[in-house]
Amino acid sequence: MTKHAMLLDYNWCTGCHSCEIACEMEFGFEPGKGGIEVCEVGPWQLPNGRWQYDNFVHVSRNCTLCASRRAKGKKAACESACQAQCLKVGPLDELVAEASAGPAKQLIVP
Amino acid sequence: MDQELAFAAHEKPFRYDEDGLHVTRGSAWSGPGCHLGCGVLMYVDDDGKLVKVEGDPENPYNQGRLCARCLATPNAVNSPLRIRKPMIRDGKRGEDKWKEISWDEAFDLVEEKFNYYKENYGAESVTFWEGTGRDISAWISRLAWSFGSPNMGPSLNGLACYGPRVYGCFVLSGSFWVGDYSQQFVDRYDNPEWKCPEVIMVWGNNPIVANSDGALGHWVVDCMQRGSKLIVVDPKITWLASRADVVIQLRPGTDAALAMAMANVMIEEGLYDREFVDYWVYGFEEYAQAVSEFTPEKAAEICWVEPEVIRQAARMYAAADGGLIQWGVALDQKEEAIPTCQAVAALMMLTGNVDNPGGMIKPPELLMYLNGWGMELLSQEQWAKRLGVEKYSFYASGGVTVASAEVMVEAMETGEPYPLKAAWIQTTNLLTCMGVDPDRTKRAFENLEFIVMVDPFKNPTMIALADLVLPACMYPERNGIRCGDGCQRAETINRAIDPGDTKSDMEINLELGRRFNPEAWPWETVEEMFSSILEETGMTFEEAQQNAPGYLPYEYYKYKKGMLRPDGQLGFNTPTGRLELYSNIMANMGLDPLPTFVEPTPGPVTTPELYEEFPLVLTTGARRWNTFHAENRENPRLRRIHPEPTVQVHPDTAAELGLCEGEWVWLEGPKGMSGEVGRCKRVVEITPAIRPDVVSTDHAWWHPEGDPEKLYDMPELNVNKLMAWGAGPSGIGANYKSLLCRIRKMTEE
Repeated sequence: MTKHAMLLDYNWCTGCHSCEIACEMEFGFEPGKGGIEVCEVGPWQLPNGRWQYDNFVHVSRNCTLCASRRAKGKKAACESACQAQCLKVGPLDELVAEASAGPAKQLIVP
Repeated sequence: MDQELAFAAHEKPFRYDEDGLHVTRGSAWSGPGCHLGCGVLMYVDDDGKLVKVEGDPENPYNQGRLCARCLATPNAVNSPLRIRKPMIRDGKRGEDKWKEISWDEAFDLVEEKFNYYKENYGAESVTFWEGTGRDISAWISRLAWSFGSPNMGPSLNGLACYGPRVYGCFVLSGSFWVGDYSQQFVDRYDNPEWKCPEVIMVWGNNPIVANSDGALGHWVVDCMQRGSKLIVVDPKITWLASRADVVIQLRPGTDAALAMAMANVMIEEGLYDREFVDYWVYGFEEYAQAVSEFTPEKAAEICWVEPEVIRQAARMYAAADGGLIQWGVALDQKEEAIPTCQAVAALMMLTGNVDNPGGMIKPPELLMYLNGWGMELLSQEQWAKRLGVEKYSFYASGGVTVASAEVMVEAMETGEPYPLKAAWIQTTNLLTCMGVDPDRTKRAFENLEFIVMVDPFKNPTMIALADLVLPACMYPERNGIRCGDGCQRAETINRAIDPGDTKSDMEINLELGRRFNPEAWPWETVEEMFSSILEETGMTFEEAQQNAPGYLPYEYYKYKKGMLRPDGQLGFNTPTGRLELYSNIMANMGLDPLPTFVEPTPGPVTTPELYEEFPLVLTTGARRWNTFHAENRENPRLRRIHPEPTVQVHPDTAAELGLCEGEWVWLEGPKGMSGEVGRCKRVVEITPAIRPDVVSTDHAWWHPEGDPEKLYDMPELNVNKLMAWGAGPSGIGANYKSLLCRIRKMTEE
């Protein structure tokens, strides 16, 4: 089976928490104990005067990259809810290629 | 006449089965939920239980995405805290003692009581209170007006949300204007007529969290991904500000000065669109004179920013082909909201960013919901009794169709100009959220003899005031149409699950309306009623359910085609046919026809003594991902994200005051110019994103897990205790976001 992974374009992640709740609802996880978590770096000012303010995702051992949904031809729960449409689950090789094009990509291989 | 609608393509009917679950496609329009009405897929199991809500990928509005609140809807719908039966109070107000009664008994009681007050004190003695712009205005206005009472409206001081910009824009331009994110087109960003805005100026809102004016906030991000550059005007570095080319971190309440200085730069440097102004704008000379004193240096001093950023913003916005102003509630939440709106709208007029691709558009509408539905049902005699018309020019003008909350509160206290006896409170937890000075407001309502509340949950207002409670159902439990803020589309809210013994707001109002005035409510079912509103689309409600959303025809540059005025002439629907920088309607109302800047009172400039005592400027109502106003606090999935109300404080200020992250403090401030001080509890959140001289807090807090008879802690959590009733000279706008405060450690008690 093709190995899958998760790719976040962290230039666009607004930190809206949709991925967390979508995951919790899909699998009935307890609040705050789902497969994915948003984590904020910032806001604080960089030496060049611009602002550091990015969001990243962590995955827990609950994350299966939504194999069950993908088997039905659906997007992963987190990806389908993502408000900035900057999170995706897909074949690792495709995501590696996309990540290599950068900038601001976070690739997770659970 | 039937209008040709464009429909989104659907693979499946609006109800289908999938993997053992029953799916209903629909739209989410309150409650729980916000103003928008995103397309949703509701998943129900064989036991009829709602287990999951997802965004509908086929709906052009949200294109499959969905926010945390809507995703967590099943927890709200299935909450053990919901009210499931009508209840009558079985004790004193303020006690949590109730007796269940049947719907028939409840309707009989409302009918008997309201008719008694009508016969003995006039229909105007019964007041009707609605919440924010969700699925209520049409139904509650028709109920109030068909009953005969003109005293209906939100408990919002000075109608200080959306209304000021809408009313202001109508006066200046004959329409309201919203940002063009392609939301009027079924094919959205692919539509060939649409142009991605070159510049989006985000002003006084954090759209990705707030989703105001019918605009899904993440459309801003969509446009950024397609090349839009940002200017952000906000006292706080928001996520959007961190990605903006120009950030103006101004002092709350000084937006008008900033806007006039930007206009000053555009005029001084010849950056405005001369041809557009020559053809389509009225009053340029007078306006140019008015802004001539607002140099960037002068405004910089007022706004506490650098003059250079004002120049940069003015140049960048003026140069944009497609300049969108994503304006928000901060402009409404100041006593002088109308002049502020004028000042910002003037920037659109100067640059021709009106009715143009990627600029500002006139939202297509099926129903002008903001002004209510069925005004013709109210007699002239009753209309004249509307509370607010004697005090405020905008109410007297007839442009505003609701009554003034402030004047209704006064009438409850004094019995003048006539006694008020009852209240119908629907879709609003008014002591917790919209109403200012909750102690005074509560005392005023206590003078009423009979109060009915319609809501899905018990809440502080209900415990404090309600005598009769009717359980409202939620959006997955009812049918409806989404006719709200922003661009309207033929969109249906479709029932996915059995509501049990709860009823929708529309069903409740239809049933009661029929009892009071059957001619005004000639429909057997709410679905028939929806069909009558959808008539111009040529569809019944049931047909719309199958095909929704349907998009109304849309054209740009209507002013060049004679499509904005009832007489078919070119131009705009104003007295001069032009966009009015100098407003003739304002002049006729005895208000300043030109934009002006007025310092907030109390404030650092107007009340230096108070500022010494309360040395921080306070802005309230910061939106959070997990809550919509007073909603969602009971939902464990959402509460986790932001569990308590915070006050955001700059690290320098926190150090000076000896504050620690996560510490509970008192926020104290002058209640207007009353001489009283109000206070509320907050948790300290230290962040360099906020100015050191400003603090920001979220609003509408209560603890559903708390003691009902302590009103769920609302009295100590409500930031509106730092506010007094009273609107600006027009009656439109109130100070929710430019206040003064100090922070006191709990240990200093």
